[in-house]
Amino acid sequence: MSSNKETFGRTLGFVLVICLVCAALVSIAAVGLKPLQTANKLLDKQTKILEASGLLADAGKDIVGTYNKRVIAKMIDLKTGSVIKGDVNAFDERSDSRDSAKSTKPTNDIAGLSRRADRAVIYLVNNEQGQLETIVLPIVGAGLWDLMYGFVGLAPDFNSVQSVVYSDLKETPGLGAEVLNPNWKALWPGKKMFNEQGDIAIKLVKGGAKKGDVHGVDALSGATLTSNGVERTLHFWLGDEGYGPFIAKFRNGGLN
Amino acid sequence: MSSDTKKVLFGPVVDNNPIALQVLGVCSALAVTSSMANALVMTLAVIVVTAFSNLFISIIRNQIPSSVRIIVQMAIIASLVIVVDQVLKAFSYQLSKELSVYIGLIITNCIVMGRAEAFAMKEKPGVSFLDGIGNGLGYGAVLMVVAFFRELLGFGKIFGMEVLPLVQNGGWYQGNGLLVLPFSSFFIIGLIIWAVRQWKPEQVEKD
Repeated sequence: MSSNKETFGRTLGFVLVICLVCAALVSIAAVGLKPLQTANKLLDKQTKILEASGLLADAGKDIVGTYNKRVIAKMIDLKTGSVIKGDVNAFDERSDSRDSAKSTKPTNDIAGLSRRADRAVIYLVNNEQGQLETIVLPIVGAGLWDLMYGFVGLAPDFNSVQSVVYSDLKETPGLGAEVLNPNWKALWPGKKMFNEQGDIAIKLVKGGAKKGDVHGVDALSGATLTSNGVERTLHFWLGDEGYGPFIAKFRNGGLN
Repeated sequence: MSSDTKKVLFGPVVDNNPIALQVLGVCSALAVTSSMANALVMTLAVIVVTAFSNLFISIIRNQIPSSVRIIVQMAIIASLVIVVDQVLKAFSYQLSKELSVYIGLIITNCIVMGRAEAFAMKEKPGVSFLDGIGNGLGYGAVLMVVAFFRELLGFGKIFGMEVLPLVQNGGWYQGNGLLVLPFSSFFIIGLIIWAVRQWKPEQVEKD
């Protein structure tokens, strides 16, 4: 019996059958569950955008409805800062920033990106009356362990902060991952990104920001590198190689 | 339930625990025990994978050519893990985001492979399936105990519910920074192994 199942041909046949069965199983699972997974991903992103614009509490359970009513996504060219045509739903920053044809090496790479996608999708959030209330900009920058992905919500003057919301990170729980702590997030609303001279002034202050310091936010205790990462990420994205050109253009007469 | 079935199903929880006695699968036990919710999902994932890999391997155990048996086992285990990962992404996106690579790493969890090779290759499908569930339970039991201590003393929470209010949230409890980090599980697992062997001295290895 055993000699019979150990022949070369039979072994090869057996392995082939196993491979086919396993491959079929995996493919069915992957293809069959794809729509649900895509929906989950989208819902997660929309939730974060609403959180960044301060609408999450109002939205309650109706994330998709609120998002569709209040949020307009626009694709921009980061170099020129102008709005361009493009499929905002299909855009994937992570795959673009890996593609050398669709990304550039920042000259002053303080956020530790190594490559930055040439395009970005930004979100304009309107109030109930249809007036622009918040602009949500995606940000990404190195923390301690890996890149941290998130959103920053700004008032239409691009100066007053609505929120800094991280959506995807691998920082140490209890230390760097405290950027997700609601108490820390609550420090951001009302802070100012730029000083009176128009320079980027936002900073994370070790040991706690002084009372009334509109540019200072408490750094996370025990997480110096994550805190530095957050500060540099903001400086990068508000600067010339980030949304700088877009912000300048926007201030000079809106989007058109 | 006959006593044999019981032994196969619940034996691995204390008497023949894969982590405490066989000291298998410790690596993933370090990574996913910072919160009880994560540990629970990981437990369920491991139970599903071990049970079904044992079942399938046992069904074809008389057909598997012994020269390629490890590869065949790996192919089956890997496929099951991918399916579990896909299901998790579809139905519990938040948790799958937190567990990220660790679900995929069940493939390398020695418990799955160990049970396939040591049990499912010799026994009938039904009892192999139960053995898979049992070993998953044994793994999960240790995971939950470790996660309980790490979440409670590290973050002051149980299943995400605040029990000891943390200083940074205006409470009085200073979270234990050591227990927040993965390697602290080594200490807890060590203590568990010691406690179990105090209780059941027959588990102590002879010199």
